[in-house]
Amino acid sequence: MYTDTAHDAAHGEHHDHGPAKGLMRWVTTTNHKDIGTLYLWLAFTMLLYGGSMAMIIRLELFQPGLQWVEPHFFNQMTTMHGLVMVFGAIMPAFVGLANWLIPIMIGAPDMALPRMNNWSFWILPFAFTILASTTFMEGGAPAFGWTFYAPLSTTFAPDTTDFFIFAVHLMGISSVMGAINVIATILNMRAPGMTLMKMPLFVWTWLITAYLLIAVMPVLAGAVTMMLTDRHFGTSFFDAAGGGDPVMFQHIFWFFGHPEVYIMILPAFGVISAIIPTFARKPLFGYSSMVYATASIAILSFMVWAHHMFTVGMPVAGELYFMYATILISVPTGVKVFNWVTTMWKGSMTFETPMLWALGFIVMFTIGGLSGLMLGVAPVDTQYHDTYFVVAHFHYVLVTGALYSIIAAFYYWVPKWTGHMYDEKLGKIHFWWSTISVNVLFFPQHFVGLAGMPRRIPDYSLQFAEFNMISSIGGFAFGLAQIFFLYIVIKTIRGGVKATDRVWEGATGLEFEQLPSPPPYHSFTEAPTVK
Amino acid sequence: MIFNKLSRRFLVIVTGLASMVSMSAAHAEYALNMTKGVTPISQQQYGLHMLVFWICVVIGALVFGAMAWSIIYHRKSKGAVAANFHESTTVEIIWTVVPLLILIGIAIPATATLLDLEDAKTDADITLQVTGIQWKWKYTYVDEDVSFISSLAQSSRDVVNDPTGNENYLLEVDEPVVLPINKKVRFLFHSSDVIHAWWVPALGVKQDSIPGFINDSWATIEKPGIYRGQCAELCGKDHGFMPIVVNAVTEAEYQQWLVSKKEEAAAAAASAEQEWSMKDLLARGETVYQANCSACHGPTGAGIPGAFPAMTGSPIVLGDAAGHIDIILNGKAGTAMAAFKGQLNDVDIAAVVTYERNALGNSVGDLVQPSAIKNAR
Amino acid sequence: MSSASNQDYYVPHGTHWPIIGSVGLALTVVGFANYLHDTWSATPIFVGIAILVFMMYGWFGTVVKESLAGTYNAQVDMSFRWGMGWFIFSEVMFFAAFFGALFYARMYSVPWLDGASNNDATAQYLWPDFEAAWPLLMAPVTDKYEVITKAMGAWGLPALNTIILLTSGLTVTLAHWALKRRDNVWLVYWLFATVALGFGFVLLQGYEYVHAYQDLNLRLDSGIYGSTFFMLTGFHGFHVTMGAIMLLIIMIRAAKGHFSPEHHFAFEAVAWYWHFVDVVWLGLFIFVYWL
Ligand code: HEA
Ligand code: HEA
Ligand code: HEC
Ligand code: CUA
Ligand SMILES: [Cu+2]
Repeated sequence: MYTDTAHDAAHGEHHDHGPAKGLMRWVTTTNHKDIGTLYLWLAFTMLLYGGSMAMIIRLELFQPGLQWVEPHFFNQMTTMHGLVMVFGAIMPAFVGLANWLIPIMIGAPDMALPRMNNWSFWILPFAFTILASTTFMEGGAPAFGWTFYAPLSTTFAPDTTDFFIFAVHLMGISSVMGAINVIATILNMRAPGMTLMKMPLFVWTWLITAYLLIAVMPVLAGAVTMMLTDRHFGTSFFDAAGGGDPVMFQHIFWFFGHPEVYIMILPAFGVISAIIPTFARKPLFGYSSMVYATASIAILSFMVWAHHMFTVGMPVAGELYFMYATILISVPTGVKVFNWVTTMWKGSMTFETPMLWALGFIVMFTIGGLSGLMLGVAPVDTQYHDTYFVVAHFHYVLVTGALYSIIAAFYYWVPKWTGHMYDEKLGKIHFWWSTISVNVLFFPQHFVGLAGMPRRIPDYSLQFAEFNMISSIGGFAFGLAQIFFLYIVIKTIRGGVKATDRVWEGATGLEFEQLPSPPPYHSFTEAPTVK
Repeated sequence: MIFNKLSRRFLVIVTGLASMVSMSAAHAEYALNMTKGVTPISQQQYGLHMLVFWICVVIGALVFGAMAWSIIYHRKSKGAVAANFHESTTVEIIWTVVPLLILIGIAIPATATLLDLEDAKTDADITLQVTGIQWKWKYTYVDEDVSFISSLAQSSRDVVNDPTGNENYLLEVDEPVVLPINKKVRFLFHSSDVIHAWWVPALGVKQDSIPGFINDSWATIEKPGIYRGQCAELCGKDHGFMPIVVNAVTEAEYQQWLVSKKEEAAAAAASAEQEWSMKDLLARGETVYQANCSACHGPTGAGIPGAFPAMTGSPIVLGDAAGHIDIILNGKAGTAMAAFKGQLNDVDIAAVVTYERNALGNSVGDLVQPSAIKNAR
Repeated sequence: MSSASNQDYYVPHGTHWPIIGSVGLALTVVGFANYLHDTWSATPIFVGIAILVFMMYGWFGTVVKESLAGTYNAQVDMSFRWGMGWFIFSEVMFFAAFFGALFYARMYSVPWLDGASNNDATAQYLWPDFEAAWPLLMAPVTDKYEVITKAMGAWGLPALNTIILLTSGLTVTLAHWALKRRDNVWLVYWLFATVALGFGFVLLQGYEYVHAYQDLNLRLDSGIYGSTFFMLTGFHGFHVTMGAIMLLIIMIRAAKGHFSPEHHFAFEAVAWYWHFVDVVWLGLFIFVYWL
């Protein structure tokens, strides 16, 4: 058992409770705030990297004809853009938010397993270096789409694919460790009185997201492992000549892939559920139904994967089942949207920058969700599938959904993190600039998709020219807006008006009510009291 | 009906707005919406699409309307004081059940259409086998002994960097597939390499062609015309360059076309019996090479390092002719190098072998006759 | 669950083990990829693994030291438990991917190749000679995938292996009971028995592989039956090996008297892991060998 002397001995060595100095602080840190910061910077770097590749895509698609890049390189750009954005930008950004926020939201001294927390992060720079380096190798980067369907990624792929496979393994290890840490923290580290049904929704959504992660990342690892053995050791999982099936790959991939898209949106729901009540100055409407809706979405997300495969020739019973299950997800998601709107209803609203991003989220995520519903209708997905209509759908849920929530979270919590207010005027410019340009970027893609433009093509026939040009212009403008965002971030970290502890008039939660801005390096060394 | 009219008006407005932003109106042939198409299925799909679209518009209008209302009237600057209600089981149940009913309303017609769409086998008049090949399509008329390969037309290829002036830029093939109208055509899709997807929007058909399995689908074309489509599954480097052209004609024209196709095949078989001159082989070889091989091995034979070997100076090309012929006939298992024996006839293979050995920077000097290919098969 | 004061929750400050681990991991996989392409020798893989072993030795060494010093209170112990529990769950899902492949092959792809469901044309045009069966001895293309002479039976060696693993599950529980009654001697004995059974299993599995390759022509490249067979049993065998090594370490620690009836999370974690490996084997025995 634990004794007082041992306790003193253990703490004696570590009496300095502030951060270490220099580079090694960041390499060896076990502090949840430091690790959160590292994750957020990695995510931002990857956003710029993935965004640069999106710019190359939009540049090539600016006009019909092959102007800038070869088709093979174009495919590499599409693939790497998707991979880097999903695994490098959105997921690490949410893990960064989890690190920063979960301990201070539930009154814990740190994450439950601080050393492992460090490792979860420090695997990622290696994984992404390996992935990115393939661009410069003979054979080039992965060029088979972020969905890497066999046999294009097995028999027909260059040697560099093996580096991609191992990079995915590493990301999987990192995500699983990160998720375990979140679960252990939430289940084991809550301050006395912080019952499950009192937790902020961000914590709830992350708890459920963490379950999704540990359930599906290993499946992805299994899929790439089978790819590896098919490529090098003579197995035939994805080869009909040996009794396997290329479509089996798709089933395994999407068993991972569909929950994956909810991994990228559930924490976003948590962020929005924190911001709307604050600026409506009214408690969140339907807290418990929000929790149940989140759980329902997560459970349903395991049962709908083959809606990405309506054209692979499944038996008709399978198609019907997956269609019904897919459109059913609209119901709990609708509950979330309706609860947010009702939270605003009869509130006393103000529109600071975080609120603007949150409102933008609700509108544009709903647009993306509704186009998702259209995709879910199997007989019509025959026409939508693999067109720009799908590209428009998922950018509405990912860019104006997930990414918008991350930016909203930044503006909402950065005064707490740094103690500095961001520049409100610049924040508002950032919002309007982004929101106008992102719609110019992605809305026309619905039209070209419906008119018949396939995705993943470097060149297109002339009837799509106008809308592609509009879309590219929107893309460049949106890209520049994010460079502007970088400026705002640095400016805020460097200085700014001192933030109050409460930060926002309507803010609630332990992090606002019981901690100063910025919070000390080790917060809640004494457990707070939760009413 | 009324929906369609409304939708057209809505789209016209959006078009107007969009073209104001647009810079070049040179090729303005706006298509903003899904085609209605020319088959029963494509028309059902269009109807369902519009139905769900309008449901989404209404839901969006309600949700965004409520948001806008509170944004305008419940703002602090207008002196709004926050109410404190934050729970109501009744409304939660309402907004769970009402969407559920809407979904059931969508699911019923969707189920009917899906069952119809999947019903390819019953009463098919014609069976057309479609094989995806990196990056072209092979069509086989199962009951007719007619088979040919259709790839991006050279004219379309040539303007890749200068699209101006070519009306069907990237959507023109060297040999369109010809089908009679008002017959139920059953398609059988499969692939000889990676997964492709055969998609012609006006036919309402999009189906993956998968190596090792055959998928089916069907269409009854109700109007003669030329219908264009593209490969819709990422299949490697030239995925964007494998268009589809369907020429729908009357039954009589179709029969006539079949006859001419068979005559062509007979003529080709006869030419394989002749001795060919170096000059003719090289000329033919260049055409075959550029159409079938250059996508991977490059128009000048340079290949793509790490992915596709160069032909210039390749040990197999410079080695004895038997090995060279073998890799083209049988391909190389486990690589992208496909077996071409099913795709090219003896003359074509003889020509391309001769061409590779004596062009693209190589000069082996020998000449391979079609008869040699026939023996090697 | 929560303790009154967060002061008592041990939060280590600074650690260099993870970055060492990352370097080891990266070197291992980059080395492996280059080895597969014949650009590097196998040496970097082993250097990478050596770094990983060094990292684990150092990391766990630190944890053991802290644990013995009583640094960890009950709440920390609970974090470890949640952590190990959900780690095992993630492993279950890893196996699920391979079991999924097995089910898919048996229930869908193999019958479909022979025309089941809506695949009449597949059988008719592509594989007229193929006959679906499970275990699938003859793949559709036999010059690419070897023909198996005979499927692996369930009631010889695999049954013996089942008994071995089940017994080892029992012995590890007996060890736990010994630990709980503070009987260190029997704790070590029972652990030794478990380790011996574990390695015995691995040896027999190796023997079975030789038999498969030499006598049955059941190989990795003999079509989907060989693929699923070796993927599942191989991946499981790897887990048994890891588990046995972990048990060995626990045995050494037990011999050193590291565990008390109240405080022995490391023992329990490894025991859980061992039971997990056991349960997975039952799944394997039923679906890979028997049915
Ligand atoms: C954050 C990511 C995210 C989210 C949240 C979603 C949400 C949904 N997605 Fe999407 N999806 C992607 C990311 C995401 N998707 C990606 C990345 C792809 C492409 C992958 C690739 O191929 O590369 C994709 C592709 C994709 C497809 C495959 C298309 C194709 O390739 O042919 C389908 C098909 O069913 C689909 C459906 C849905 C549905 C039904 C939802 C639902 O969850 C949406 C629910 C929300 C609403 C419906 C709006 C709000 C609800 C109301 C206001 C209530 C009232 C509503 C009703 C009564 C209907 N998605
Ligand atoms: C997960 C999140 C995510 C995010 C945030 C984005 C962001 C963007 N995406 Fe996309 N995208 C995907 C996920 C995402 N994407 C996925 C999964 C696919 C499918 C891949 C596949 O098919 O396999 C895809 C595919 C995809 C396509 C289809 C490609 C194809 O089919 O060939 C396109 C085309 O327009 C596109 C564009 C963009 C643009 C313009 C942005 C912009 O929002 C990016 C904005 C950010 C920046 C631009 C960075 C900041 C700026 C700079 C670094 C400086 C350079 C700036 C200028 C020159 C102005 N993405
Ligand atoms: C889809 C891509 C693709 C197409 C199309 C293609 N090849 Fe190949 N070819 C390859 C690949 C990949 C290899 C290398 C195989 C290997 O790994 O040995 C190859 C190898 C070869 C070789 C042996 C070269 C060497 O040095 O190993 C010859 C000769 C060849 N191809 C000729 C042709 C001819 C002639 C055609 C057209 C009729 C053609 N190829 C079409 C992909 C292609
Ligand atoms: Cu064929 Cu894309
Ligand atoms: Cu999905």
